[in-house]
Amino acid sequence: MKEKAKILDQEGISRAIMRIAHEIIEKNKGSAGLCVVGIRNRGVYIAQRISACIKQIEGKDVSTGALDITLYRDDLALATGQPLVRKTEIDFDINDKNLVLVDDVLYTGRTIRAALDALIDFGRPKSIQLAVLVDRGHRELPIRADFVGKNIPTSKKESVEVHLQESDGSDEVLIAEKE
Amino acid sequence: MSWTKKDLLGLEYLTPEEIELILDTAESFKEVSTREIKKVPALRGKTAVNLFYEPSTRTRVSFEVAAKRLSADVINIATETSSVRKGETLIDTGKNIQALKADIIIMRHNCSGAANMLARCLDISVVNAGDGWHEHPTQALLDIFTLKEKLGKIKGLNVAIVGDIAHSRVARSNIWGLTKLGAKVTLCAPAILLPPGIEITGVKTSSNIDEVLKNADAINVLRMQFERDEDAAFPEQLDYFKKFGITEERLAKAKKDIIVMHPGPINRGIEMSSGVADGKNSVILEQVTNGIAVRMAVLFLVSQAREAKQ
Repeated sequence: MKEKAKILDQEGISRAIMRIAHEIIEKNKGSAGLCVVGIRNRGVYIAQRISACIKQIEGKDVSTGALDITLYRDDLALATGQPLVRKTEIDFDINDKNLVLVDDVLYTGRTIRAALDALIDFGRPKSIQLAVLVDRGHRELPIRADFVGKNIPTSKKESVEVHLQESDGSDEVLIAEKE
Repeated sequence: MSWTKKDLLGLEYLTPEEIELILDTAESFKEVSTREIKKVPALRGKTAVNLFYEPSTRTRVSFEVAAKRLSADVINIATETSSVRKGETLIDTGKNIQALKADIIIMRHNCSGAANMLARCLDISVVNAGDGWHEHPTQALLDIFTLKEKLGKIKGLNVAIVGDIAHSRVARSNIWGLTKLGAKVTLCAPAILLPPGIEITGVKTSSNIDEVLKNADAINVLRMQFERDEDAAFPEQLDYFKKFGITEERLAKAKKDIIVMHPGPINRGIEMSSGVADGKNSVILEQVTNGIAVRMAVLFLVSQAREAKQ
């Protein structure tokens, strides 16, 4: 991997997440009946940050959970290297909630497809909305995000790397070229 | 760390890291059984065959529930009503099941080593659900999973295995698993039920249950397998209960938070009193619940490893 450009730095990520939080509140007319679920791994950290921002704005806690989609992947049989099954932690009722699903990068849309299937097994939310830090295009399924931190047009040869304090020790979004 | 074995035959053949991987994966799977819809599509389109040459209810049902929660199709073969009665060999039965394009055989057999032999002859996965006096790996895994869940770790724990060690595959699998993960294991039984030379596996032996209970963080009480009592080597039942049975009085002298396990089915009043079986230290029913998560993890991992090889 050869690093090409830094797309977002720490402040850029914070601003994007704060803006997404405002947009979520605007669209849902407040935070009542709202819950946030992040897709493992990095989606969970972004979800927690979005929830913290919503709390800061609205003054109320928002239920926040974590979803592991490994068992719902459509490439489970093809996966090279073994996918690790991690914990799903949704310890609140999602029925009739407006649920915001959060991931770091939106690419083919297949992860989101898997996440939607998984969520439906937990109940019937009133709505599911999608928030991503980066939308890099190249969708293979009819899926779009409701809230986007940054749109980054990429080629398929490039990879988008999201680094977060919680998992990687720093906050930044990079584009790298596969060698 | 990734899993590369198409079969699970025994804990003797696993590294500590592989055992930890199963336990970690099981921890993730445990949550599935708490959902409103207790099912994930991970093994959709896969077929698991329960091939049981010995009677079993809890292990067979637990495997069936585990496979179904992963969306696999499950077929149960009870050998009393199958071609085995007509003299078909184990390998022929296995090859026929493979020809049906099944993906996993879950086998219980009365001969030690039966699962190992079948696994060598087949390309599909074989999961040992108990072979003779050899191993019962998923039972030991669920015991260890339960211990870890309750006490937070395995390394350094004093675990006593009490009862019919000689005839017990559960004991052997537990010895392998626990010692590999760094627990100190003591076997406690009448001398006649302790296999000679078992100390080479790194365990201590004793025939004094009260001594053993003083130090134990957990005890795994085995079922007295009277159906295996071919050479009348077994002590008389009441006598056994008096000398080795786990009672409330005995437990009162043990560590306050000692964990009491039993692989089931319990002979109440022989291995332990009802008060102990249903008491606050008992985790016997939690073991049953955890068995599903552990078996889901095993079925998932062997299935993934086989896919990766193809």
